Amino acid sequence: MSETIKKFLYLNRKAPYGTIYAWESLEVVLIGAAFDQDVSLAFVDDGVYQLIKDQDTKGIGMKNFSPTYTALGDYEVKKVFVEKESLEERGLTLDDLQHLVWEDEDDDWAEKDSIELVSREEMTALMEDAEVVFSF
Amino acid sequence: MSTLHTVNKSPFEKSSLDACLSRVGAGANVLLLEDGVYAATKGTAVEPRVKQALDSVKLFVLGPDLMARGLSEDRVIDGISVVDYAGFVDLAAENDKVQAWL
Repeated sequence: MSETIKKFLYLNRKAPYGTIYAWESLEVVLIGAAFDQDVSLAFVDDGVYQLIKDQDTKGIGMKNFSPTYTALGDYEVKKVFVEKESLEERGLTLDDLQHLVWEDEDDDWAEKDSIELVSREEMTALMEDAEVVFSF
Repeated sequence: MSTLHTVNKSPFEKSSLDACLSRVGAGANVLLLEDGVYAATKGTAVEPRVKQALDSVKLFVLGPDLMARGLSEDRVIDGISVVDYAGFVDLAAENDKVQAWL
C-alpha cells in the first residue's frame, strides 16, 4: 500500500455503450478505490452522457452499468465534477443526470451530493491541480 | 438508386454526421444509431444542422439505442422517425444499398 496520498483525476470524455471506455473507466475507478488516494472524477464532452438517468439497455443486449455510478459513494469516491458547458451543448441539465450521493460519517452519515457542476475554467484548474490523470 | 446512410458516431466527437449530411442527395434516408442517436435529441449544439437536413432528407433514429442511453422518445427532434430493429431491417431492404459513415 502506498504511503503517499496523491490526487488522482479520472477524466471521462466518452459516451457509454458506443465504445468500451466508459465502462473500463468505472472498473478502474472501483479497483483504484482499494488504494487510499484522493480521487476525483471529471465528466466532460460526451462523458456527461455516462451519467444520464433511466438508462435501459435491454433493447441492445448490453450490460447496463449505469447503476454502478450510485455505488461510488460507498467506495469513498465523493468528488464527481461535471462540466456545465458540456451539458449545455448537449441540451442537458443536472436534472437529467443520476443523483449521486455519499454518506458523511462526520455528520451523522448525512447524505451529501457527489456531483458538482463546474465551469470549463474550473475544470482547467481541476486538471492542473491533479497529480495523476487517467484519461478515458 | 436509393441508399440508406447510417451514422453511428456522436456528432460532438466525430465529423461523420456532417460528412454524411453534406454529401447525401435530396430524398436520401439517414439512420442514426449507436452514439449517432445523440444527434437526434433536442436542444443540442448540432440541432440546427439536423433540422436543416430534415428539409431535404428523411431522418430515422434507432429506438433501442436511445433507450439504452436514457433518452426518451420525447427528446427526439420533431420530424425524425424512431424505428426499432425490425424497422432498421425494413429500411435496409427497401433501399438498394446501405452506406455506413463510420
